[in-house]
Amino acid sequence: MRFALFRNVVVLCLAALLSGCNFGVLSPAGPVGSADATIMLDSLAIMLAIVVPTIIAVLVFAWWFRESNMRARYMPDFVYSGRLELVVWSIPILVIMFLGGIIWVGSHELDPYRPLRSIIKPMDVQVVSLDWKWLFIYPHEGVASVNDLVVPAGTPIHFYLTSASVMNAFFVPRLGSMIYTMNGMVTQLHLEASHVGEFHGLSAHFSGDGFPGMQFTVHAVSPAAFGQWVRAAKSRGPTLDAQAYLALEQQSSDVPPMTFSAVMPHLFHQIATQALPPGTGPKNGEPTSDARPVAEK
Amino acid sequence: MLFGKLSLQAIPFNQPIPMAASGIVVVVMIGVVSWIVFGGHLPYLWREWITSVDHKRIGVMYCLLALVMLLRGFADAIMMRSQQAVAFHSMGYLPPEHYNQIFSAHGTIMIFFGAMPFVIGLMNFAVPLQLGVRDVAFPTLNSVSFWLTATGALLVNISLLVGEFARTGWLPYPPLSEITYSPGVGVDYYLWAIQISGVGTLLTGVNFVTTILKVRAPGMGYLRMPMFCWTALAANLLIVAAFPVLTATLAMLTLDRYLGFHFFTNTAGGNMMMFMNLIWAWGHPEVYILVLPCFGIFSEVISTFSSKPLFGYRSMVVATLFICLVSFMVWLHHFFTMGAGGNVNAVFGIATSIIAVGTGVKIYNWLFTMYGGRVRFAVPMLWALGFLVTFTIGGMTGVLMAVPPADFLLHNSMFLVAHFHNVIIAGVLFGAFAGMEYWFPKAFGFRLDERWGKAAFWFAIVGFYVTFMPLYVVGLLGMTRRMQHYNVAAWYPWLIASAIGVVILAVGAVCQVVQLVVSIRNRTALDDVTGDPWDGRSLEWATPSPPPAFNFAVLPQVQDEEAYWTIKQTAREQARLRPEPEYRPIKMPRNSPTGFVCAFFATLMGFALIWHIWWLVAVGGVGAFATFVVFAWRDEEEYEIPAEEVARIDRANRSARREALVTYTGPRP
Repeated sequence: MRFALFRNVVVLCLAALLSGCNFGVLSPAGPVGSADATIMLDSLAIMLAIVVPTIIAVLVFAWWFRESNMRARYMPDFVYSGRLELVVWSIPILVIMFLGGIIWVGSHELDPYRPLRSIIKPMDVQVVSLDWKWLFIYPHEGVASVNDLVVPAGTPIHFYLTSASVMNAFFVPRLGSMIYTMNGMVTQLHLEASHVGEFHGLSAHFSGDGFPGMQFTVHAVSPAAFGQWVRAAKSRGPTLDAQAYLALEQQSSDVPPMTFSAVMPHLFHQIATQALPPGTGPKNGEPTSDARPVAEK
Repeated sequence: MLFGKLSLQAIPFNQPIPMAASGIVVVVMIGVVSWIVFGGHLPYLWREWITSVDHKRIGVMYCLLALVMLLRGFADAIMMRSQQAVAFHSMGYLPPEHYNQIFSAHGTIMIFFGAMPFVIGLMNFAVPLQLGVRDVAFPTLNSVSFWLTATGALLVNISLLVGEFARTGWLPYPPLSEITYSPGVGVDYYLWAIQISGVGTLLTGVNFVTTILKVRAPGMGYLRMPMFCWTALAANLLIVAAFPVLTATLAMLTLDRYLGFHFFTNTAGGNMMMFMNLIWAWGHPEVYILVLPCFGIFSEVISTFSSKPLFGYRSMVVATLFICLVSFMVWLHHFFTMGAGGNVNAVFGIATSIIAVGTGVKIYNWLFTMYGGRVRFAVPMLWALGFLVTFTIGGMTGVLMAVPPADFLLHNSMFLVAHFHNVIIAGVLFGAFAGMEYWFPKAFGFRLDERWGKAAFWFAIVGFYVTFMPLYVVGLLGMTRRMQHYNVAAWYPWLIASAIGVVILAVGAVCQVVQLVVSIRNRTALDDVTGDPWDGRSLEWATPSPPPAFNFAVLPQVQDEEAYWTIKQTAREQARLRPEPEYRPIKMPRNSPTGFVCAFFATLMGFALIWHIWWLVAVGGVGAFATFVVFAWRDEEEYEIPAEEVARIDRANRSARREALVTYTGPRP
């Protein structure tokens, strides 16, 4: 107990030092993330240019025209001014027109469905959100993993996403845009990790009692290391057939990462079209004790 | 069969926190009820409050309900912030099935039973007075509205002790909220509480739109109405347009859960995306239903305490109606991440940021209202200044998230949580508190204690920044909302900072309660004899404090935008009041228990529907309908106040005004 407290304090100090420089959406590790963040910061700067003077004006006006200030002029009839009205309407309109341009261009440039510009051929990954873990299927490599996403750095990844039960959102903060996963539907997303590293991923849409245990890690590795990982995955672990999938679909949380050596053909398609039935939810109306998340480590 | 799904197992004996909390609530309620009954206060309470159809009394009861529910919602907030402050590499002290109920209840209570009743209560109290009339268009309906809202609040709080509340968030997104994934009664509690109180809110909307459009003092044209009446009109138009959408959406989810329909289910052709579109087609206008009346309050407060008319009145009216209209065209910004495509996202992003034009215009008009004024830093004005600064920041982060690529990073994050608290706390809560401080002397005849009010303000504003600025940061660090525990070290310090902020906010809440207690005890010293303690400008300040049941002995003749200010200035220039009018007897609506009885049956029915006790559903339904029938066949609906009584009350008011005329100094030129 005492050790846990001490550890927390140390971690706290470290985190305070490190946070902001290697974590979160402001330290992007890929082209999508950095484009999103640039647009966000640009928009913020544009708005700050009028928000800061406005806030200062509020404070200055209120203070200068305080009742006890003998030098302030009292102008009870100053209730309308055509010129001021013009300014009052045009400042926000001009800012919003400018911002509107950014919104229009940004929405199209960074549409999650839009393929990334790259000379390297994109790799397909199929993502299934389950109650409460992530299944990643590599259709061309023929392997699958749970709660661990291994991708080659520098290669655009074309994600196809669906959900086995309720809604979730697939989100890797440092790689950029998130997107919903929904049962019976397939959404798409293009991301790329521009360098080797490990990135934290999570579900960004509340999905029930085990939701906080839906964390995963993205391992961006060199292409050679990716090949090695695929070979290693193929050599061990169970096969993901319909039976194994239906067992995996049962509610569980904080599931340790694992890999499958082979995947039944068209598994993703069968989940998305409900040929394999959606998750059945809690048994007997209550979460079972093993469905409850447990403290890690 | 007799009790449906209800059994003793529904009471969470094994969970200490809800048991202790509901134990305290039950003991306090028993204490209050027995004090009322055995202290002999019941007849008074029944006659003067429970059956009252007086808009002022109903307004006060709404505000009281709101204050109690704000405390209840704040208790949830304290638990959430403290849980996240300890749940790093640990399960904290709240298991997920409990934590998830807490954040769902927090949102539901704060929006539906804290903010809504507060805003509606202030409209109830002030709008008829500002319009210079005696009551709303449908006084008994008004009472029904209030009691149905109270029913909803009661049902949500019963869920604390009997069964459970929804674990799905304050908007129960399917398929999680469908029977497959949420088989408990929690979502049913949510559905019936919101459906019943939603009927009340819709009736309020009908009532106020009618009142403002059809019941105004002679001479009060649309462009002479005080700003608060304009914003109330806009908000109630939104209620009339948006609440049926909520009712229909929740009815569809209810059919899914109760009768096996497939509107939003995974299977059999259901579509959860439809629920999200429908719920936000109500949900976004709802934001403006809350904040527009508060914009009205700030307009009144800033103008009064700057001793100046509102700058750019017509511009403000245009901006209000502009916001009212555009608020229906932006709902999709709540799910840019659904993958709708570039064109759709861009159109809704731009529409969203366009709303900021209306709000920006308002901010600048308030700014120029202060320019050239004589600003008095009374408590309502402090809340207004806190609003101007804080809301501007919240508005900015809102527009930021209207930019779809930015939203792709921030959607559902703690940044979003910080943003909407930034606008709702600064806009709605500060507005409601400003309104409470401002109209309290009118309602009760004495002012609220200034020192405790200022303390409450400073703790609230500092507490707000300390609580929510760290949440902005942690959102940028990739933290999503509604996490019962987490293992990311970078988030931990910020969540601790946020928990410290909640402690400061709690001190502010205590100050607010102490202010009420202290003011009631010192009421003689804080007495408002003139009926016009702030040197007000609209008609409510022409009445004595508290106003008589009929508000105005003779309906005032309105000559321009600032009805009472003109009357007052004329009196000051001529150094005398207008000649005494000819007093006539006044007919006022009779009290009616319809609202209370109806809500009693609605409570039975709601509870029975939640627990599938079908015979009780029938009893409740028939009882509520029978109450309406009995009311519809009433013989006498009005009683008469004799002319002498009217004269006596008005002469007292006139003599107080005459004295005030002599001692008046006014703003220094």
